[in-house]
Amino acid sequence: MSSTPPAPLHLAVALDGTGWHPASWREPVARPRELFTAGYWTDLVAEAERGLLDFVTIEDGLGLQSSHFLEPDDRTDQVRGRLDAVLVAARIAPLSRHIGLVPTAVVTHTEPFHLSKAVATLDYVSGGRAGVRVQISARPADAAHFGRRTLPHIDGYETPGARESVTELFDEAADYVEVVRRLWDSWEDGAEIRDAATGRFIDRDKLHYIDFESRHFSVRGPSITPRPPQGQPVVSSLAHWTVPNQLVARQADVGYITPHDAEQARATLAEIRAEQRAAGRSAETVHVFADLVVFLDDEQTTAEARRDRLDSAAGEPYTGDARIFAGTPAQLADLLEEFQSAGLTGFRLRPAVLGHDLPAISRSLVPELQRRGLFRRAYEADTLRGLLGLPRPANRYASGPDGREPAPEPVAPAASRAATA
Amino acid sequence: MSKPQKQIHLAAHFPGVNNTTVWSDPEAGSHIEFSSFAHFARTAERAKFDFLFLAEGLRLREQGGRIYDLDVVGRPDTFTVLSALAAVTDHLGLTGTINSTFNEPYEVARQFASLDHLSGGRSAWNVVTSWDAFTGENFRRGGFLPQEERYSRAQEFLATAHELFDSWRGDEILADPAVGAFLRDAKAGAFSHTGQHFDIHGQFNVPRSPQGRPVIFQAGDSEEGREFAAAEADAIFSRHATLDAGRTFYADVKGRLARYGRGPDELLILPAATFVLGDTDAEAQDLAREVRRQQVSGATALKHLEFVWNRDLSGYDPDGPLPDIDPDVGEHHIARGRAQVRMYRDPLATAREWRERAAANNWSIRDLVIETGNRQNFVGSADTVARTIDELVQADASDGFILVPHLTPGGLDVFADTVVPLLQERGVFRTEYEGTTLRDHLGLAHPDDRTGARHAS
Repeated sequence: MSSTPPAPLHLAVALDGTGWHPASWREPVARPRELFTAGYWTDLVAEAERGLLDFVTIEDGLGLQSSHFLEPDDRTDQVRGRLDAVLVAARIAPLSRHIGLVPTAVVTHTEPFHLSKAVATLDYVSGGRAGVRVQISARPADAAHFGRRTLPHIDGYETPGARESVTELFDEAADYVEVVRRLWDSWEDGAEIRDAATGRFIDRDKLHYIDFESRHFSVRGPSITPRPPQGQPVVSSLAHWTVPNQLVARQADVGYITPHDAEQARATLAEIRAEQRAAGRSAETVHVFADLVVFLDDEQTTAEARRDRLDSAAGEPYTGDARIFAGTPAQLADLLEEFQSAGLTGFRLRPAVLGHDLPAISRSLVPELQRRGLFRRAYEADTLRGLLGLPRPANRYASGPDGREPAPEPVAPAASRAATA
Repeated sequence: MSKPQKQIHLAAHFPGVNNTTVWSDPEAGSHIEFSSFAHFARTAERAKFDFLFLAEGLRLREQGGRIYDLDVVGRPDTFTVLSALAAVTDHLGLTGTINSTFNEPYEVARQFASLDHLSGGRSAWNVVTSWDAFTGENFRRGGFLPQEERYSRAQEFLATAHELFDSWRGDEILADPAVGAFLRDAKAGAFSHTGQHFDIHGQFNVPRSPQGRPVIFQAGDSEEGREFAAAEADAIFSRHATLDAGRTFYADVKGRLARYGRGPDELLILPAATFVLGDTDAEAQDLAREVRRQQVSGATALKHLEFVWNRDLSGYDPDGPLPDIDPDVGEHHIARGRAQVRMYRDPLATAREWRERAAANNWSIRDLVIETGNRQNFVGSADTVARTIDELVQADASDGFILVPHLTPGGLDVFADTVVPLLQERGVFRTEYEGTTLRDHLGLAHPDDRTGARHAS
């Protein structure tokens, strides 16, 4: 082992309903009747902030939750219904101080112009702590909620037809993120001049049309909202295979992957880093976090028994995309170190039962990681980018030293990007 | 026979992208930082106002092909800032202007339902439609609509949103571990809508919110707009704040309600109103004149004249006489992204009248714009302003006012500190909030408690 101290880890927690186990709402700590109140979410974020976590993500979707892959399931025994995640994040922002707020936003049926200003505004109301997790929706039922297109029914990502259809949605997502990012830059810093002598409120040479056009959509700009405090709020995305990995490599600041062991983590990471180089982003920090579902107790047998009890309440063992961990904080810390050695820089933990496993993270796992020198002992930055070690980026439209405006980065049309998949 | 004294409703419009906001004053703060919004909202709540109001514009305004830079430019996202304001207030209603042309019902319905949950029942939606392909250039689906389709789309948009709000009754969440049921009904939120503009079906994913539906505002002044309001709205954001115009508008719109089976108390008329307060009436008048000069710089005066002339007038001296040339009466091309230009229906006559008035009074361009521009609605000592507001409301010129201060964020403070106590003394304004929801403040029934169920068809 090297004698240099290990790099600190980044930790996020994924908030979804009462927790990620479908029977979590039945637990006495779960507060299921308060799911649609501001107080419930405020308490969760306060608990995460107590643990000095980098950020919380908040799940969202444009249809009812379902246990089926892409179809509604008509079940009544699991949590159904949610609040808009951006609005939940905004509601929490004035009541928290340091923690990053990363709502999920579906980019398939929504407008990039609206999302860009919403996340910029979240950045203003949180004082620079905003991010977003972009997510596609391949669910035909969600498409029917908008009535603007129909999506084919697919049963998984394995068939070529399904991959083609989902690749198309990811192409659109890449364009979407490009538009969102350009709009964040469409006002240069210092565009507001309030020059009483000439009566000008802004220097309009510092506002820019983004003139984005692709086969998915065109957006003129500029944004109606000035550049947010972080310049570019943090963009993140979950990836399970090549095409979503490319979205992470090309457009995200943080990617979430779901390796089940260090070897898988290494392989996915190599693929993302290669794509990152191909996209010309080698110099930029792109964090890759592993997602893990966690049952945390003081004894491994207690955690496993809890998992068994919840599985039997649910009527079937809980499985999902991410590895499920049941054990002690020390065992989880061991696992995180092992994954870290594969090159991951952080983790997004999905508490099986929020009311139990979130406090276990903030009050037991975090102290364990601190003892090992792997986690911060106080918040060291005021912004989410700061916590993640990301600099405030230069504005792509800002004038160079010679006063000329640099041409915006050319963006390959979506079709050619798809062809490289 | 004397009528019972009406209770006044008061609201506060956050100043920003309009020509009444004075950004050049040393007291003027940020129009984008959250601290300004929080200050403004807290003042409104301290004064027991019914609600805070946010306008919206989805494309930066342009004049002469360039972004208009003389007024405040830039604003936050409406939903996001309202949700954050719910965290720093407990009672204040939160009214957002949201366009029905550049949004989809499912998304807007879930945003308003979410805001209503997160604010404990304080959300309101000012439903507006847009008119131009100019704004549509910012949106993937464009959005240009012919004039005659704007209200039909808005109407169907609102009806569809109501179907979504009503798709949950409010008793679906059982969350009973003993029987293992979270939902009482697997089909909670089921909806199906087929119409000219929307063809959607499925399940809405936000359970019923405290108010059932957000309070609905309407802001248009046209015949279709008034009819839309009479049929669908809970309140009108009107522009008729004077006695005569107010009474005429009030009688007109309230007179339409019976046709929809609605009583006069089911639609509130709330005009926007500006104000300037002083220790005395004379001092307030002086101050008001000063504010108008701040609002209309020389550059602003020329731009204002361009609305009427429909020409580039940048070569003219704002301190000199009005242009000799006549307005271009062709298609309006000089200003885009604002409603104001539609107000001058006969530019030749307007120009003629302005030239005559300027010549008679020896006014420069800037003087003319200041003198013919909108004067503040309420100018005077606190006592005068309180009396005026009360008289207007008791005379059925309105049910109250949406106040538009000219300063951010402190422009409401002096009103809260001096006028509100006088209205309270007169017994026409609440001294404490009596309920928790915006419907409570406005005296509107919860949709589930209405007799007749006008939306049930």
